Amino acid sequence: MEITVNINGTDHSADVEPRKLLVDHIRTGAGLTGTHIGCDTTSCGVCTVLVDGKPVKSCTMLAVQADGRRVTTVEGLKTADGLHPIQQAFSDEHGLQCGFCTPAMMLVGAALIEENPDPSDDEVRWAISGNLCRCTGYMNIVKSIRAAAAAAGNGSSGADD
Amino acid sequence: MTDTTTTPPEIGGIGHSVKRAEDARLIEGQGNFVDDIALPGMLHMALVRSPVAHARINSIDTEAASAVDGVVAVVTGELMDAHGLAWMPTLSGDTQAVLATDKVRYQGQEVAAVVATDPYIAADAAELVEVDYEMLDAITTPQQSLADGAEVIRDEKEGQTDNLAYTWETGDAAATEAAFANADRVVSLTTHYPRSHPSPLETCGIVADVNSVTGQATLYMTSQAPHAHRTLFALVAGLPEQNIRIVSPDIGGGFGNKVPIYPGYVVATAASLLIGQPVKWVETRTGNLISTGFGRDYYMTGELALSDDGRIQAMRVDMLSDQGAFYADAQPSRYKAGLFHVCTGSYDFGNAHIKCRGAFTNKAPGGVAYRCSFRITEASFLIERLMQTAADELGIDPAELRLRNFIQPEQFPYETPTGFVYDSGDYPTALRKALEAAGYDELRAEQAAAREQGKLMGIGIAHFTEAVGAGPAHTYDIAGLKMIDSAELRVHPTGKAVLKIGVKTQGQGHETTFAQIVAEETGIPAGDIKVIHGDTDDTPYGLGTYASRSTPVGGAATAMVARKIADKARHIAAHLLEAAPEDIERDADKFFVAGSPDQSVSIQDAAFAAYTNLPEGMEYGLEDVTYYNPPNLTFPYGSYVVVVDVDPDTGVWKVRRMVALDDCGVRINPMIVEGQIHGGLTEGFAMSSMQWITFDDDGNCIGSNFMDYLIPTAWETPRFELLETVTPSPHHPIGAKGIGESATVGSPAAFVNAVVDAVAHLGVRNIDMPVLPDRVWEAIETADT
Repeated sequence: MEITVNINGTDHSADVEPRKLLVDHIRTGAGLTGTHIGCDTTSCGVCTVLVDGKPVKSCTMLAVQADGRRVTTVEGLKTADGLHPIQQAFSDEHGLQCGFCTPAMMLVGAALIEENPDPSDDEVRWAISGNLCRCTGYMNIVKSIRAAAAAAGNGSSGADD
Repeated sequence: MTDTTTTPPEIGGIGHSVKRAEDARLIEGQGNFVDDIALPGMLHMALVRSPVAHARINSIDTEAASAVDGVVAVVTGELMDAHGLAWMPTLSGDTQAVLATDKVRYQGQEVAAVVATDPYIAADAAELVEVDYEMLDAITTPQQSLADGAEVIRDEKEGQTDNLAYTWETGDAAATEAAFANADRVVSLTTHYPRSHPSPLETCGIVADVNSVTGQATLYMTSQAPHAHRTLFALVAGLPEQNIRIVSPDIGGGFGNKVPIYPGYVVATAASLLIGQPVKWVETRTGNLISTGFGRDYYMTGELALSDDGRIQAMRVDMLSDQGAFYADAQPSRYKAGLFHVCTGSYDFGNAHIKCRGAFTNKAPGGVAYRCSFRITEASFLIERLMQTAADELGIDPAELRLRNFIQPEQFPYETPTGFVYDSGDYPTALRKALEAAGYDELRAEQAAAREQGKLMGIGIAHFTEAVGAGPAHTYDIAGLKMIDSAELRVHPTGKAVLKIGVKTQGQGHETTFAQIVAEETGIPAGDIKVIHGDTDDTPYGLGTYASRSTPVGGAATAMVARKIADKARHIAAHLLEAAPEDIERDADKFFVAGSPDQSVSIQDAAFAAYTNLPEGMEYGLEDVTYYNPPNLTFPYGSYVVVVDVDPDTGVWKVRRMVALDDCGVRINPMIVEGQIHGGLTEGFAMSSMQWITFDDDGNCIGSNFMDYLIPTAWETPRFELLETVTPSPHHPIGAKGIGESATVGSPAAFVNAVVDAVAHLGVRNIDMPVLPDRVWEAIETADT
């Protein structure tokens, strides 16, 4: 099927098999390998991207379902002005170790801050509860997301209370 | 926090929380993981796995799969056998099937592989491979396996007439028996440390690129030990070692899972060799959970002989280990049960005797050191659970019981009854500090009051001692390869440097911390040092990263090579300052003549001179390599205190507080150390509360995906309060001990002790891990009181 997906601001047209998963289309079709695959069952969340601004696990969406929609991947976070605050915060607060879950965590965090400019510790934990991390124990991820909210001029605190 | 810095922040030596060098690419989605690699002409491989746990293979029909458009080859055990590759050695001296030819011995075992132009086609065609299985009874516990008359799982193994994989014992049996005979009290505990799986979020994979013309084999692999893997590939496949290049790129977590060589790697390499095109194989999550290296699965009975006042006299342990179908523990070859004999823990007593039997079962092989230094997690868990049991049995406060038995600071170096020589420690200070931070006395008072009201709260303590950093060549090898490690340092004319190391990061931050070690020793800013790892053509030899050995061994090699460079730079500085080398001193970043700091030569000046203006007779360049053979292991330790509230009606328990004091010696990068502890505590919490792999009676793996194998999310994971003491290792060049695994080793006992403590007054002495609510509820319901 012919589809056109806007990925990170650029329209990508392609002829894809109807069964092709969005995550595979992003990784091998668009060549954006920052979106990862970790479990095959929609459990781990490392494939999370934003579809029209909302977090979606791209292993559970077909590429054809994204036709005409706007997809943001980790490669789309940075702008001409530099790193997205969430990227800076993850580095500053040691919110990543192996980096495999990180793109998804940052996208979920960025979407949360759009919706809730000053999330509490619990609100962040709930928001990322569909995303597993094996390295960090989540504390510094929570800290990073709250720090990003604070840096965006919205949040009250990046502290892990 | 203890300040151990000697350099200014702009140098970023030891003790600075330098931001990580590796983050820049990872936060922009520019990491390079195995599945991100795409080579021209690359094919894709899918494995056909056994759906049953135990069966004879009558036939394999590949015709339908081969006929699928896009399928290039279907590989079976028969084809592998024709090349002498149907079986391969394990890291514990056993053999393991690469592709099954005679029988399948566990669910998920590799039976065939399909290579196709597209991963979807490969997966489709794999479904079409027809295997005719003749079912055999599955043996799913080591108890069944070792019972008289049990069917022999390893019937292909010459001389194997039962299902015993190994026996092992250590310690002084007679002296231990005598101590038990004379003891006032004997306390015992029988528990199962359940099978668990490291399950890094990136599964295992390979892109094998074997050039049929040149014979060059470039293998991009998820490998925690690329150099050892290169040598093993050479030995097993008969490929000349100079033509094998293993590249372990960014690794999405390892935790021991990526130490062994798995059948998928071997088959993909063979397929690339036979077809003449690159072949990619990336495991599915189910494949990862049901076939690759698990951890633990030890049935343990431990006993302590004590005096009435709680002084330990001796320890006795009898264990049964479920090895799965092949004995494939990744561990030093001398020790069949890893370093379990560190089980005497932090306590001063004279005698111990430990024995273990390993049994084959119809389960996946493994026994990897899942975020631990070879069975130390099981050992630490047993002694710390026994201490809780002893405290409850003798009516002595568990903190007080530990304080009465601790090895004292002045006793170091301390030789344990099983032969370890602990390097350094101050256990009483650590425990007291953790108790104080937790408010221990107040918590006990609160607990007493809560019990009056029928409420259940528990306070769990664990004080662990690890033995990491294997290890000294006289004792430690894996598959015959001595467990040394290495570092090569090149300083370029402009004073920028490249450090090449034999160890391999999987998220621990080597690119940052190893640069900090060089910065400390040479004065070159950490940001000016590029750290290269994981590519065997571009790094010196080493045994890899697991068992917390990177800092103790690779970090020591790095410090030593940096000292060689600094010494040469000092001689060059002497030449430039027209002084004798012995008169030259160095501060953080420059050399000067003693007493005249005004005239100085920077390390950068010395580097430039190394290529332009040398003293007579000195060789050009500023580079060197060091192979480090550690004189001893290192022994990190910690005191953990957990507070839980237990719902008496449901058995659900919640962590109210988790106070973790770690002493890992000198901390190179405190930020990274704390991150390692957070992660380790979470895995300890996972094992104690939810994470285990089980099987039904037919050997079907329950826990074959992340819907059944539970990993804690941010929602369940407790918050942690971290503390530290710093007791340097006296034999390590920079006094560091290693930290990657301490928290996983130490914390499970603290969590379990807390829950048991909450119900101990009811007579409960043990609840096996994972401490699921129904188990707690049942313990309460069936308690003696």
